[in-house]
Amino acid sequence: MPKITFFEHDGTRHDVEAVAGQSLMRAAVDNGVPGIDADCGGECACATCHVYVDPAWFDKTGARSDMEQSMLSFAAVTQDNSRLSCQIVVDDALDGLVVRLPDGQH
Amino acid sequence: MDGGIVIVGAGHAGGSAAALLRQNGYGGAITLLGEEPLPPYQRPPLSKAWLKGEVGSDDLLLRPAAFYADKQIDLRVSARVTSIDPQARSVMLADGTAIGYDALILATGSRLRKLAVPGADLPGVLELRTAADGDRIRAALRPGARLAVVGGGYVGLEVAASARALGAEVVVLEREPRLLARVASVELSTYFAQLHRAHGVQVELGADLAAFEARDGRVAGALLRDGRRFECDVAVVGIGALANDTLASAAGLACQDGIVVDENARTSHERIHAVGDCTRRPVPRYGRALRLESVPNALEQAKQAAAYLCGKPVPKAEVPWFWSDQYDVRLQIVGMAFDVARTVVRGDVAAGRFAVFHLAADGALQAVEAVNSPPEFVAGKMLVAAGKVIDPARLADASISMKELAA
Repeated sequence: MPKITFFEHDGTRHDVEAVAGQSLMRAAVDNGVPGIDADCGGECACATCHVYVDPAWFDKTGARSDMEQSMLSFAAVTQDNSRLSCQIVVDDALDGLVVRLPDGQH
Repeated sequence: MDGGIVIVGAGHAGGSAAALLRQNGYGGAITLLGEEPLPPYQRPPLSKAWLKGEVGSDDLLLRPAAFYADKQIDLRVSARVTSIDPQARSVMLADGTAIGYDALILATGSRLRKLAVPGADLPGVLELRTAADGDRIRAALRPGARLAVVGGGYVGLEVAASARALGAEVVVLEREPRLLARVASVELSTYFAQLHRAHGVQVELGADLAAFEARDGRVAGALLRDGRRFECDVAVVGIGALANDTLASAAGLACQDGIVVDENARTSHERIHAVGDCTRRPVPRYGRALRLESVPNALEQAKQAAAYLCGKPVPKAEVPWFWSDQYDVRLQIVGMAFDVARTVVRGDVAAGRFAVFHLAADGALQAVEAVNSPPEFVAGKMLVAAGKVIDPARLADASISMKELAA
């Protein structure tokens, strides 16, 4: 069970245990982490599960697909380390992953 | 709030409301009552990944089954509410149990419109609302099975696309002269008819069903009023949905084709909220009250009710949006095409990568229908919310990026 740390925009910390093979978005939603809306349920259709990946972990989360890139290009507060958490599959290599949440998803 | 909050309906809206109440710090009792045997689950995959057998029931769930006990949410499945007593502040279940509340959230959803033709109740005439419905359709769709889809709306078209992936022969029977007649532009209707035909679906427009015909006690064909008949082994009827507002209207709540709510998801009764498909809600961007059947709407209203009941600021109203996946095509729509004076197509329709922009008489962007065009959708979301005025000539010029247009 890879451990993931989410920081809300106000700094509130949530340490959760993710299920290997599921998305980072699911780990947040299933554990009640506020700030990830995931309106579309993980289909890369809505850009409401936006997270900032800790730079030390960014490369390990893989590359953005073209679809994800497009969706992110208009998110309100995109940074170089922005990802859509529904597009990151959690595995043991991501044990200890740290991500931060933007101020809002809309 | 000693009596706690009772939520009637455990779909996307009700399930999300329960989770969001806890997320907002509500510490009282939460009782979540669902008619179906499953914990809250996602309906959008039912016509797609679920039908194709690509996801299991655990993936379908909105949250893991253990979530509710973990969060002290008393989830009761297969529990049907038969009446509400706003004076006594209680709901009555079919098994005779009464549950008291301090605040009530109605999330009773919608039910499918029934087709009033002879044979509509024959075995093999199916509909798609629940996971169990999806199981029945999947079981009937063996390769070579002949499927008649009655109704060329989103559900019908998604079922048609999934059925093709499963190897079934498909005919879509749409009564109107175009597909998606109530919910999409002519440009989109034309595109989707061509898309389905290219995937081997027989699309019949102006096809008004008169009856289902039987053979050996099962559906065997669809007969149209103009005399045409289409043989089939199974039929799926998808002709729209009606708000489940009878519990609310029987309890004296204001209803008008949907439970009337305000921007805080409050009904006409101060201790009763309503969220999701069952409501008629204000959409400030268009100055109208609308009934919206969508996941984003269910979530948005769940947020409103949860924030209000927890004394937190209620989020600003969003512009409605929708999506649909058919074959390898992703359609994303933002906004409603009200008061449209001009329509602009941007991109390459033949290549299946384009967006239809709908502008009001003053040039304000009202809605965008984006086919395989995420930048147009995401930028459109911002531009529609702002009611931005855009030059149609620049909009039609795909060499000018959405970023420039949005600037």
